[in-house]
Amino acid sequence: MITAKTLSKAKRLWGDHGQSALEGAKVCLINATATGTEILKNLILPGVGSFTIIDGKRVSGEDVGNNFFLDQTSIGKSRAQVATELMQELNADVSGDFVDETADNLLDNSPEFFNKFTIVVATSLSEKILLRLASHLWDNEIPLIICRSYGFIGYVRLVVREHTVIESHPDNVHEDLRLDRPFPALVEFCDSFNLDTMNKKEHSHTPWLVIIYKYLEKWKQQHNGESPKNYKEKNQLKETIREGFRKNEDGVPEDEENFDEAIKNVNTALLATKVPTVVEAIFSDSSTNKLHFESKPFWILAQAVKEFVHNEGKGALPLRGSIPDMTADSERYIQLQNVYRQQAKLDVDAVSNYVQNLLESIGRPQDNITEKDIRAFCKNASFLCLLRSRSLEQEYDVSSAKIADIAMHLEDTDDDDLVFYVMLRAVDRFFTEYNRYPGYDMDTVESDIPKLKTCLSKWLQEYGINQNIKDEYVHELCRYGACELHSVAAYIGGAAAQEVIKVITSQFVPINNTYIYNGMKQTSLTVEL
Amino acid sequence: MTGVDWPHRWAHVSKILTRPGPFAHPDFEACPEMMDFLHDDCKLLIIGAGGLGCELLKDLALLGFRNMDVIDMDTIDLSNLNRQFLFRKKDIGKPKADVAAEYINSRIPGCKVIPHFTKIQDFDSSFYRQFHIVVCGLDSIIARRWINGMLVSLLKYNDDNTVDQSSIIPMVDGGTEGFKGNARVILPGVSACVECTLELYPPQVNFPMCTIAHTPRLPEHCIEYVKVLLWPQEKPFGEGVELDGDDPAHIKWVYDKASERASQYGISGVTYRLTQGVVKRIIPAVASTNAVIAAACATEVFKLATSCCQVLNNYVNFNDTEGIYTYTFEAEKKDNCAACSQIPQHLTFSEDDKLQDVVDHLKESAIYQLKSPGIITTIDGKNKTLFMSTVKCIEDATKSNLKKSLKELGLENGQEIYVADPTTPNSLLFRLQLASKMDD
Ligand SMILES: [Zn+2]
Repeated sequence: MITAKTLSKAKRLWGDHGQSALEGAKVCLINATATGTEILKNLILPGVGSFTIIDGKRVSGEDVGNNFFLDQTSIGKSRAQVATELMQELNADVSGDFVDETADNLLDNSPEFFNKFTIVVATSLSEKILLRLASHLWDNEIPLIICRSYGFIGYVRLVVREHTVIESHPDNVHEDLRLDRPFPALVEFCDSFNLDTMNKKEHSHTPWLVIIYKYLEKWKQQHNGESPKNYKEKNQLKETIREGFRKNEDGVPEDEENFDEAIKNVNTALLATKVPTVVEAIFSDSSTNKLHFESKPFWILAQAVKEFVHNEGKGALPLRGSIPDMTADSERYIQLQNVYRQQAKLDVDAVSNYVQNLLESIGRPQDNITEKDIRAFCKNASFLCLLRSRSLEQEYDVSSAKIADIAMHLEDTDDDDLVFYVMLRAVDRFFTEYNRYPGYDMDTVESDIPKLKTCLSKWLQEYGINQNIKDEYVHELCRYGACELHSVAAYIGGAAAQEVIKVITSQFVPINNTYIYNGMKQTSLTVEL
Repeated sequence: MTGVDWPHRWAHVSKILTRPGPFAHPDFEACPEMMDFLHDDCKLLIIGAGGLGCELLKDLALLGFRNMDVIDMDTIDLSNLNRQFLFRKKDIGKPKADVAAEYINSRIPGCKVIPHFTKIQDFDSSFYRQFHIVVCGLDSIIARRWINGMLVSLLKYNDDNTVDQSSIIPMVDGGTEGFKGNARVILPGVSACVECTLELYPPQVNFPMCTIAHTPRLPEHCIEYVKVLLWPQEKPFGEGVELDGDDPAHIKWVYDKASERASQYGISGVTYRLTQGVVKRIIPAVASTNAVIAAACATEVFKLATSCCQVLNNYVNFNDTEGIYTYTFEAEKKDNCAACSQIPQHLTFSEDDKLQDVVDHLKESAIYQLKSPGIITTIDGKNKTLFMSTVKCIEDATKSNLKKSLKELGLENGQEIYVADPTTPNSLLFRLQLASKMDD
C-alpha cells in the first residue's frame, strides 16, 4: 500500500537528505507582517521543523487587510499569537510557538534566545535595531535574512558568515568525459571496437563518445600526438568524422544519428579538463589548509580531494562518473556507463583514503564522514560553492561600504534598480529623524517630499556619492507611505523562503548578498553590498 | 461600501490608489472610487485552482478584488497538500475549485469567488465575454492555448481593421517548473499571444499524479509510477538509497518494473533509454516558485485593472537555482500568427503528398504544434471530413484517407481546409498551395 508519507515525500527537489535538514531546522520570524507570514508559509508547507514568531504588536485593522494569516476577530490581540495559530493549521507536522515581545526587548534582556535558531528572518525592524540584531547573530554565526516589501519594491538581504554548498545543482554543465585525457578503462573499451568491420546496425549504434575517441586518436597519430587546437583544426576533425558515415550502394551516406551527434559534440568533448577557479580558491582557502578537530566535513573533503588532484588525479578532479544520453544500443551504452562509473568509484576510493588519513591526523573518528558523503562530494567537485557574505555593519559603515559600486550603478538611474536600495536607505534615515515613514498619512504626502529629498541628499553626501537621483523616485516612495501590497509581500515571501531553504539544506546557490525587486517593471537586481 | 469592511482595512492598497505617482499609467486617476471598482465591478476569471491558482486567489482577494470565478476540473489529491495551502487532508477527493472558493470566501469577508468544477471547454464565448481580465495558472499548454484562442476570437475589429479596444480582454499567464517560472501579460490582438511565442513553451513533461497512479497511457507514465511510487515503497537497494539516474543497476530495476506495468496496461515503448530520460528529469512543483509567479501575475492584474502603474511589457522569466535571476523582455507579436494575425495561413504541399504528411506537418511544425488535428474541407459545395481522430467512429471511417494523396482526395490548388484541434476553440483556416509534380 502506498502511504501518505511516501506520497508527500516522493517529490522534493532537494532530495531526502535536504528534506531531513529542513525538518530539523528551527526558523525564527521577527514580526508577523504580510511579508513575514508569506515567507513562513512557504517554509511550513514543505515541512520545516519548527517556527517561532517574535512580535510585540497588537493586530490592527490594516494588518488584517493585507495578511492572510490574521483575521477580523484577531484585531487588538497579540499579532505573534494569532499568526502562530493560523499558520499552524497549514501543516500538522510543524510545531510553532511565539513570543509576545518586541525584538529589541529580547535583545536587551535575553539575546542568547536567538542563538538556538538555524536562521532568523527579520521584517519591519528599524535600522538601529536591525544593526544590533545583525551584529549579535554575526558573532554567534547564525544566518540572518532581512526582508522588506515597500509599495512596489521588494528587498532581501542575506547575512551569512560562511556557507558552503556541495550540491549546487547547476542548470547547464559541461559533461566530464575526459576525452582529452582518456583513462585506461576508457581506452580499453574504445579499442575493443573496430568501426570498419562492424555490421551496419552496430556501426549506426556505436556511442558518439567512442566515435570521437577513434577519430581523435587517428588525428593525433597524424599530428605528433597533438589534439586539434583551434577552430580550423576542430572543423577538420569534424570533416574526417563526416567521411566516416557508412555509404549505401549508390555512395550516398546513410542516416547515422550517432555520427551526427559525434560531429555536434566535437567542440565540447575537446574542452580541456581542468579544476574550476572557484574550486581552486576553495583548495587554497586557509580553512582547507589548516584542518583542526572542529573543521567542518566540507573542508576535510576539500583537502582530501585537493590531495587526490595533486597525486592520482594528475591535476584533474575525481571523475564525475556520468555520461549524457546518446544514440546507442542499450548493451554498449550500459557498458560505457559502467566504464565511467567504475573509474569514478576508483577515484572515490582514493579520496576516501585521504579522508581517513586526515580524520586520523585531527583526531576525529573514522566514521565522521560517510562513504555517501565522499561520493556526493566527488560527484559535485566541479560545482562546489563557498559564500562568505559581508556583514551588515560592513555594508553600513562609511569606511567599508561599497561606495564605488553604488555610484557606478547610479550612473544610469533609468534602468538600474539599485536606485531603490538608496531610496530605502533614505526612507530609513527619514524614519530615524521623524519616527514615522514618509507619506504614511494622507495629509503629509506633499510636505514629506522635500523632507525625504533632504534625507536622501544627506545620505548621499555622507557616503560621498555625487550621482543625482531623479525627483520622481522621491515622489514615488512618498506615495507608498510604507504600504505593503500583498502581492509584493507574496513575491518576496516566495523568493526569501527559497533562500532560507538553500541556507538550511546547503543545496543550490544563495544570493550574495542583496536582492532588489522592482514590481513596477518586474525587473530585479542582485548586488553585493 | 458593502458593509463588510472594518476601519483601515484597505489602508495599504488605498495609498497606491488614492495618490498620483510619476510611474503610473497616463490614464490613472487617483481617487477613492477606484477601490469601489475593484470591490464591486471588476470581474476576474482565474483558470486553475492548483499551486498557482490558490496563490492567485489569495493575492487578488487581498488586493481588493471580490468578484472572481475560478475554473478547475481536478479534485484534491494527497500530493497537492505540500504546496496548495487552501487544501487540508479532509478535502481530499473534493473539487479543487469548490474548496478553494469556499476557503477564500470565508477567510476574506466580502469575497464572492464562484467555483466551476469543469473543463474550460465546457463554456462558450458568452461566458468568457463577461470578464475584465483572465488570469491563468495552468500546467497544461493545451488549455493555455485554448483560452488564448478563445480570447482572440472575442476581438472585434473596426472598419479600418484596427482592434476595437473595448473587445480586448487581457490575459495574465503564469507557469512554473521547479525553481523556474514565467509570467506574462497578453493584450489579445495588440501584443504577442501564446501562439506568437509557441517556441517559448517547452514540451510538457510533468504528469498528474492520478494519471500515474491509476490511468497510465504512455510509457512515461509507467516509468513515473515506478520512480515516484514503487521506489520509495519497495526500497530495492535498501533504506535511504535514493534513485540515481546514473546508476545502471537502479535504472535497470526501474526499467524492469515499468515494463511489467506497461504490459499490464498493454502499453508499448518502455525502453532502457526512455527510462533513464524520465528518471533524470525530476521537476516537481515548488511552493516558493508558485508564490513568486502568482504574485507577479497578481501585481499585473492590479495594474491592468487600476492603471496605477505601467503594465509589464510583456514577459518575465524567473529562476532561483543560482542566486535569484529574472529576465524581462518584450515578446514580439508575430505578423502572421495563426491565432491573432487575421492573415490566412498557407500550407504548401505537392499533390502526391499524402494526407498523413499534412497531419504530421501540423503536429510537428514548431509554429503549429497541433495535438490531434481534424481536417475538413468543402468539395462540390459540401462539407467533407477528410480525417478526424477525436471521435472513434469518424476516425475509423476516415483513417484510410491518410494513405491517399492529396490529388486522390480531390484537393486542388487554393483549396480552403479547416483544421480542428484541442489547442483551439475555433477551427483554423488554411489555404492549400498545391504544386503538381510537373511544376517543380
Ligand atoms: Zn498571436
